[in-house]
Amino acid sequence: MQAITHQSTATDWITVCAVNDILPNTGVCAWVNHQQVAIFRVGHEATLYAIANYDPFSNAYVLSRGIVGDRGGIPKVASPIYKQTFNLATGECFDNPEISVPTFPVRVVDGQVQVGRFE
Amino acid sequence: MAKQHLAKKNLIVIGNGMVGHKFLERMIAKGAAQNWNLIAFCEEPRVAYDRVNLSGFFDGKTEADLTLVEPGFYQNHQIQMHIGERATKIDRDRKCVSSAHGSTIPYDKLVFATGSYPFVPPIQGKDADGTFVYRTIADLEAIAAYAKHCRVGVVIGGGLLGLECANALKNLGLETHVVEFMSRLMPVQVDEAGGQLLKREIEAIGVRVHTQKSTTEIVNENGRVYKMVFADGTELHTDLIVFSAGIRPRDDLARECDLQVGERGGIVINQACQTSDPNIFAIGECALYDNQIYGLVSPGYLMAGVAADNLCSPGSSSFAGADMSTKLKLLGVDVASFGDAFAKTTGSRELVISDAIQGTYKKLVVDATATTLLGGILVGDASIYGSLMQLMQTKTTLPPHLEDLLLPPRSGGETALMRVENFPDTAQICSCNNVSKGDLCAAIRDQQLTDIASVKQCTTAGTGCGGCVPLVTDLLKAELKQAGIEVNNHLCEHFAYSRQELYHLVRSSVSSTDAAPPIQTFDYLLHRHGRGAGCEICKPAIASILASVWNDLILNPSHAGLQDTNDAFLANIQRDGTYSIVPRVPGGEITPDQLIVLGEVAKEFNLYSKITGGQRIDLFGARVDQLPQIWRRLIEAGFESGHAYGKALRTVKSCVGSTWCRFGVQDSTSLAIALELRYRGLRAPHKLKSAVSGCTRECAEAQSKDFGIIATEKGWNLYVCGNGGMKPQHAQLLAADLDTETLIRYIDRFLMFYIRTANRLERTATWFNKLEGGMDYLQRVVIHDALGICADLEAEMAHQVATYECEWKDAIDDPAKLKRFRHFVNADHPDPNVIRVEERGQLRPAYEHERQLLTIGTQP
Repeated sequence: MQAITHQSTATDWITVCAVNDILPNTGVCAWVNHQQVAIFRVGHEATLYAIANYDPFSNAYVLSRGIVGDRGGIPKVASPIYKQTFNLATGECFDNPEISVPTFPVRVVDGQVQVGRFE
Repeated sequence: MAKQHLAKKNLIVIGNGMVGHKFLERMIAKGAAQNWNLIAFCEEPRVAYDRVNLSGFFDGKTEADLTLVEPGFYQNHQIQMHIGERATKIDRDRKCVSSAHGSTIPYDKLVFATGSYPFVPPIQGKDADGTFVYRTIADLEAIAAYAKHCRVGVVIGGGLLGLECANALKNLGLETHVVEFMSRLMPVQVDEAGGQLLKREIEAIGVRVHTQKSTTEIVNENGRVYKMVFADGTELHTDLIVFSAGIRPRDDLARECDLQVGERGGIVINQACQTSDPNIFAIGECALYDNQIYGLVSPGYLMAGVAADNLCSPGSSSFAGADMSTKLKLLGVDVASFGDAFAKTTGSRELVISDAIQGTYKKLVVDATATTLLGGILVGDASIYGSLMQLMQTKTTLPPHLEDLLLPPRSGGETALMRVENFPDTAQICSCNNVSKGDLCAAIRDQQLTDIASVKQCTTAGTGCGGCVPLVTDLLKAELKQAGIEVNNHLCEHFAYSRQELYHLVRSSVSSTDAAPPIQTFDYLLHRHGRGAGCEICKPAIASILASVWNDLILNPSHAGLQDTNDAFLANIQRDGTYSIVPRVPGGEITPDQLIVLGEVAKEFNLYSKITGGQRIDLFGARVDQLPQIWRRLIEAGFESGHAYGKALRTVKSCVGSTWCRFGVQDSTSLAIALELRYRGLRAPHKLKSAVSGCTRECAEAQSKDFGIIATEKGWNLYVCGNGGMKPQHAQLLAADLDTETLIRYIDRFLMFYIRTANRLERTATWFNKLEGGMDYLQRVVIHDALGICADLEAEMAHQVATYECEWKDAIDDPAKLKRFRHFVNADHPDPNVIRVEERGQLRPAYEHERQLLTIGTQP
């Protein structure tokens, strides 16, 4: 399993679950440093993205339950409440570029998913 | 007498039938209310209604369906409408109208729209109990009341109105006979051969036709109709007789005030629709132009327009006679007659194609050189009527092989009929509302219309008899093509196909004989026919298609990621990210024990409880981790998923019907339960709602549903494509008086046909509005199997019914599926940001302003 990670500047890695706990092309929510982090597994391998679970449009913590997909090849997730879509890599909202959600570093080590903190 | 604006002049209209109402509409459209006090007398207790489709009254249509007057139209435009008040006298010297209620109103201009009355031939015994005429809703009500105690009904007169009346008697469940004096039915419109075919077709649906019969006596028994005696000595037993032997203009008021009338009746008018008194106009069936009465609604509408034009600006338009061309569906049989249908033009020639197997008769009348079309007759199939009319009206040179006009195009070729884009701009497309091709093109261009429903709404074309809708649709397509507007029906960037095409790809893969395996997953469909990774548009749409075809459980690993959050968690997400739960309560019938369980569960999990509009109970505020626990309890108590979360069958509402109600005529609850259990879990392009009412009082509101059923004395009436919601729309009658087995067969076919062909998230009402050919087409597909797909549709539904499984029952026993039912993948505590406030003894989500006072959780 090839692990794609976003870890260049991250520290404080916290293991949250096994990769196989995340069904391909779905998300889960993890409790990391008293924050809700939505982690998405894109495709059938171990390509992972992590963004905040908080949906700024509905003020609910739900993004991990959105449908994963792509827009012109850019991976995205749609909020399950009002369907705005967010760029998984940058957290930017496709429907309103002024709004974005935080992203988190995420990696796979020995089949375990780890979320980090940007320092 | 109500007050009148002194600056304005008084315009009085006598009569509020179809033409009288159309006249008022035209006046309002011209802004005439600024200069005129519009006053109208309506003798009947109800304002204008659709007399042409009167027999629909016995076929499930209500007074509200038949009315032609938009609610509030008269009030909003300050039209003084005297309902139920007959005008009784006109004083031309004093220029005033008196009424049966004793009012006298002065006029500056007066319009007769008094219509006609049914002619009753002077037959001995014609006044016995059980004899009726057929003109008004009151006549129909009287016929219906009397028919309750009758078995046999006879219509005297086999013309257009007589056949319409026979339809009404048939709908009342009577053994129906038509007695015609002439040698054929519809002698005014149809020739001998066409009449014979019409007779065969009509007899095939169970109406007995007796031609060349002259009734000499109506014999009664104790005052009630008993039998008819004919001139040839034969007799016919009957319980009820309706006279439909022609109409006579209502010109009595005009005669009394010495207006010029014709020898055989009718108020004489000129080209401006003015009578012999220039201040008085006459329009519709009471008017006589050039020695002719026009007994059709379309010429009446034309006169209404001409009279309105001339009242607003004298001399601005004229009536020069009207074409008596007509296209109708009588007793389910198409009949059309146009132009010189009987080849009376000197030297004219005929071409006839008569097909006794298909039951069609088509005749063209052309000039001596066979270059222009003069008229024709169509029986059994009148779909080419609109195109032929255009050929005739535009005097287009005919193609060399005339038969090509009447037959389907030769293989691969184009039909010989003129294409609508080649019609001149002046060509009249909708004759009911007088809409030309130019009007339509302008509306499509200027208002950027792209669908047939908006074209109808903006131009009124196709909203009368509906006969021109195929032409309007062709025109719309041609205009869009010309404007370079490609109506892209691709589902999204990942699939260059419409939903219908994708459905077909999946469905046809079921029985595909090539080496490729069947398409059972999104990934494989994407691989074969799509690109990219998919998105929130195509994933749920394809999940729905896969469910409609294969009926796998939607949370199986290959489908779970496709589902919208409601389907993914088998519950309805609410604004704070928690869910509501709706167990199935088939037909709305629930035992006290079940109610107690719901109450106990709600109490234990602190759920907000509310009764839904679909006769179920909705429990709100369950966290994702609570859903399996709650469902374990519910399933133990015998509940199952209600699919309130799915684009699927929701509920079948019902009233208690004949089991309790003193008015109920059938057991609506049992049917509702049976239907709900049959179609539970059925996934469709959008949600499906249904209801069953036990009698015509319609307490279950079936006519607002995707499919609704109303009990009749003889069975069930099936209505389809209704909608509540944002754009309420009444369901329309698909079939009447069905037995339960046939009813279910038709619903199976209807639902699967909708599932096959609708767009994504398109409710049945919207789908229906776009369906070319409308109800007529739907009936041909669902009832008459015109596409030859009914066996497939039924088999597909049978598969759905046989493979149904409760998604919750499956999920609570499957650890892999249950893994997703927790808020945090790495912690057991719930979402700390769900904050509740008490209101009226129950909990609800906190609003933002309350949250700030109450927050204990963390904000990002």
